[in-house]
Amino acid sequence: MWRLALKMLYGDRAKFAMLICGLGFCALLMTQQSSVFCGIMMWTTALIRNVNVPIWVADAKVEQANESVPMRDIEVNRVKSVAGVEWAVPLYISQLQARLNDGSFQAIQLTGLDTTTLIGRPAKITSGKLEDLRLPNAVFVDQVAIEKFHRKGQDLSIGSTFEINDKEARVVGTCEVDRSFFGQPYIYTTYDRALEYAPPQRKQLNFVLAKPREGVDGKSLAQQISKLHGLRAITQDDFFWQTIWWYVKNTGIPISFGTVVLLGIVVGVAIAGQTFYLFVHENVRFMAALKAMGARTRTLAGMVFLQAITVGLTGYGLGVGAAAIFGHAVIKKGQPPFFMTPQILIFTGVVILFICCLSAIIGLIKVVRAEPAMVFK
Amino acid sequence: MNERAVMCENVVKTYGSGDSSVYALKGVDFTANFSELMMIVGPSGCGKTTLLSVLCGTLRIDSGRIVVFGNDLATMKQHRVTAFRGANVGFIFQQFNLVPHWTALENVSVPLLINGKSRRAAEAAAAAVLDEVGLGNRIGSYPAELSGGQQQRVAIARALVHDPRLIICDEPTASLDAASGHKVLELLRASACRNDRCVIVVTHDSRIFDFADRIAEMEDGLVKAVHNKGEYRQLYV
Repeated sequence: MWRLALKMLYGDRAKFAMLICGLGFCALLMTQQSSVFCGIMMWTTALIRNVNVPIWVADAKVEQANESVPMRDIEVNRVKSVAGVEWAVPLYISQLQARLNDGSFQAIQLTGLDTTTLIGRPAKITSGKLEDLRLPNAVFVDQVAIEKFHRKGQDLSIGSTFEINDKEARVVGTCEVDRSFFGQPYIYTTYDRALEYAPPQRKQLNFVLAKPREGVDGKSLAQQISKLHGLRAITQDDFFWQTIWWYVKNTGIPISFGTVVLLGIVVGVAIAGQTFYLFVHENVRFMAALKAMGARTRTLAGMVFLQAITVGLTGYGLGVGAAAIFGHAVIKKGQPPFFMTPQILIFTGVVILFICCLSAIIGLIKVVRAEPAMVFK
Repeated sequence: MNERAVMCENVVKTYGSGDSSVYALKGVDFTANFSELMMIVGPSGCGKTTLLSVLCGTLRIDSGRIVVFGNDLATMKQHRVTAFRGANVGFIFQQFNLVPHWTALENVSVPLLINGKSRRAAEAAAAAVLDEVGLGNRIGSYPAELSGGQQQRVAIARALVHDPRLIICDEPTASLDAASGHKVLELLRASACRNDRCVIVVTHDSRIFDFADRIAEMEDGLVKAVHNKGEYRQLYV
């Protein structure tokens, strides 16, 4: 009977096409928009992932990774003094303007790594040696810098120069890192040189990066460090989620993406629900004939659910496939951000199955209520 | 063999409730015997289709008794009635009710699939019955590709494929021309001649009265008279 149920479904090509288009569109909207949302959320935590250290220490008022309240340089030593800290190094991060050779400007994220250890270094070096950062005026530039400078007419490669705050910056290498939320390129240099580039301020240290000794729990060490007056320490994982939640709570991003996802669900329910109901409605006479011939209600229910789940899975496959193609195309360009997680696929699958089951139940009510005697009318 | 295959005693069936209720059957007494082709005739609205529906258990009655092959359908639980119908009743409908997206073979194999037969066995049996009704060369055709007469023959094959003892026909020739109608009745007649079977046909079609062993004449929710072969034609046609 299952095969015949599917033939009944495929036989009505117009409705079948309508159903899979509706559900496919719904799955596409949900998957694509959720993936872009997750991509944006990943952008907000790019600094954390690029620097990749176990413990971050910031001013007590800092709530997320993309804000920084400058601290005194002495805080590095205060952190080092806490029992259980293996090392602690400074990190400078600030938005500055780079001046290109033709005089135009480009906003950048200047990142100053500890001069001795270069902790917080980019994971993927595409050219040059990171140790060359210790050379005079040396900087590393990321792929976004290359792209944005190129767009403004300057090709960056080893040996290229530009200015930051009227001081020369010489490219000694290139790297690939995760894009920042604000889309500005990362320019890496040493902490000491970053302070030279930066406009003078009384306090210039943005973060202290630390690592617990072996056997010391990161969370408890972070709590210990947080007891120091004016400081707040947090593990990398916690900082990651806190940053994401900050954006979820304090920006309109989740609402705008959530609205589109909701729209996708509404479209799915409306199109799939109505079309499936029509499909069942048109076949209810045949279902009643099957009932008259001795088919049990549970057999008919199984047929209806099989039909609903088949259109659901087909639509889901098409929608997710289209979203994946979109993602594949945009990931190469780098934007819009796209981060498709297994949770998104599961969530979309569950919603699509829910829509299908709802449609099946609505249709099934008609089948259950259909008197087998109606076939004589 | 002239035992009773189907017996109704004082069957009452109403539609609706309260003041708006309508009596469709007002205490019907009716019998059909084994190896008999029984016709039920009467004007529109007299209760023929309701009687047919209650005889095969697709409608529950309000009171009375319906005994089919020794089983009292009125007292059986619904799921047992459904299973009984699946095993013992074959249906031929006025509108054929063939699923348009299934081939003739698939439509005919359905009763066997409902009764739990494997697809292979069901299709083998369906092909054999289609061959018997003269459609052996059209097993892969869809209903839309068949004429009305051929569609009704597919419906007959579907009604016979699981070897039911009771065959219920609702206006089987209403959509057919005279030649096709005769062909259909010949097939039904041939199947009814078997000792353990009974065929009940509701019809308005006077062209087929000669195929009946007996004709029950209904009027206003009651069986007014039962005529033996030929009597009805002499009286009314």
